[in-house]
Amino acid sequence: MLQPAVVLVLLLFVLLVLPSLFSQYYIDASTQVAIYAIVAAGLGLLVGRVGLVSLGQAAVLAIGAWVAARILFASSLPFPLVLLASGLITMVLGTLVGLPALRLSGLYLALITLMLAGAITVVLATTNFPNGGHGFLGYNGSTVHIPPIRRPSIATGETAYFRYSVIVAVLMFGLVFAHIRMRPGRAWAAIRQSEAAALAGGINTTLYKLWAFALASFVTGVAGGLLAGAVHYLYSIDFQTQDSITLFAVVLMGGAYSLWGAVVAGILLQFLPALFTNWGISPDWLTILFGVGVLQVLTTAPRGIVDQFPKDMARLGRLIGRLFKGRSSAPAGGEP
Amino acid sequence: MIEVSDLTVRFGGVMPLDRMSVTFDRGTCGLIGPNGAGKTTFFNVLSGFVKPVAGSVSAFGEDLLSITHFRRARWGVRRTFQTEQAIEELSVFDNVAMIHENSKMSGSTRRQDVLDAIAFVGMDIDPAARVGTLGAAQRRLVELARAVVGRPRLVLLDEPAAGLPDEETDHMGQVIRRIPEQTGAMTILVDHDMSLVSACCEVTAVLDFGKMIASGPTAEVLRDDRVIRAYLGTEEIA
Repeated sequence: MLQPAVVLVLLLFVLLVLPSLFSQYYIDASTQVAIYAIVAAGLGLLVGRVGLVSLGQAAVLAIGAWVAARILFASSLPFPLVLLASGLITMVLGTLVGLPALRLSGLYLALITLMLAGAITVVLATTNFPNGGHGFLGYNGSTVHIPPIRRPSIATGETAYFRYSVIVAVLMFGLVFAHIRMRPGRAWAAIRQSEAAALAGGINTTLYKLWAFALASFVTGVAGGLLAGAVHYLYSIDFQTQDSITLFAVVLMGGAYSLWGAVVAGILLQFLPALFTNWGISPDWLTILFGVGVLQVLTTAPRGIVDQFPKDMARLGRLIGRLFKGRSSAPAGGEP
Repeated sequence: MIEVSDLTVRFGGVMPLDRMSVTFDRGTCGLIGPNGAGKTTFFNVLSGFVKPVAGSVSAFGEDLLSITHFRRARWGVRRTFQTEQAIEELSVFDNVAMIHENSKMSGSTRRQDVLDAIAFVGMDIDPAARVGTLGAAQRRLVELARAVVGRPRLVLLDEPAAGLPDEETDHMGQVIRRIPEQTGAMTILVDHDMSLVSACCEVTAVLDFGKMIASGPTAEVLRDDRVIRAYLGTEEIA
């Protein structure tokens, strides 16, 4: 874990300096990075901390976005309250998705969550994903006069909304971090290693598994609210079932055991496609890249990029150091 | 006092415990028997992982079997596992504190109680060290510290010295012997190392194919013909 001072400096850099370096295109992409980093933190918690593989988190995100959009259309509640509400409602629904986790694990849990994600996608598509209709369930049949989903009044511009999203992301990371460091974190670590050991240690495994799903769903619901504000218009086509699998892949690549891994996952998932698009490369190549990446992570770096990258850099440093040493000593020692 | 009567466990056609009846009075008691005799199954019944089809277990006058598995730690059951299960991701301190915070003890004494338990098992390492970085013997000691923290009433030790070199086993034995006076808990020790069992336990019970075949003072039990036959087989050659 990095020093708090380093985190603070990094955060100030992201909030104050980064927006002036980036064009609006990349600022938008960075907002998405912040949003998806929250989602990745939730999934990383489930996978890395508790050992529960959920392949339905993109659907949970869709629920969060859907709920937030409906509340934003139907009420004039302040934006932070809407985020809180979408977090809480998504928490209830996401915990229901987690119910099978009490009886299933491993491949079967992954399969069930994936199928639930598919079901949610279908439901959201057939029930007319929110546009600008009135009230909580209204539907606007017009295709031209759809009002955009509103943003908080203090953050209507792209840069302001980016900063807003980063701050919300920091709060959500703080929430997850606090859980990991406290009693639930210890319980989760025990459950992940051995359910028998956890039970023998007096841990109510049912409660703590549901707690993990609740927390992951809450932060994902908040991220969904941010997403609704970020894109202004939501379309069901933007939430595909396979997104959950891609999300799982990038979380593994970033590193499911660390919160920094979630940031890396967000960058992989949202910033790379923006870069590729800008460079004129089809983002479809990313599917292949992620596939290779997951393979690499599973075979050589099980703790993900955040763990492996510093080690690789240190190795590279040593290699370069040896190269220089070898060169300076070569004339004196000569060839063997 | 632990009174076990007619305890029977059935897995399909197999009966790992067959009307097992035994009374463990106090102090450290041994439970031995050949592989597959039902020792670990017995511990799993006491932990609540396995539901017996018949029989009862009365612990200090309470019906232990009626308590939900995860609540038994709060009641005072502690155990170690045959394959040691200290939590790798957590520090030594957190490993022990986790048990304490799930016991009846108040949080105000937690820090001291945890450090006392770590000192009791004789670990001279940084409590902040991650268990994943420790060696086998130290992990076993962490597990033992988990078993003694937070006023346990019944400590179950399932081959706590398995795979340890003699020197570490001796140290382990010294710690185990002191558990009853330190914590007031009744301890049941399962092990194949007869010198460890002899050193720690005044009384010992012997299981074979799910049945109690002998119990009494350890030295007598170990000389018992039935026990020797259970371990070594009969003289008849097939």
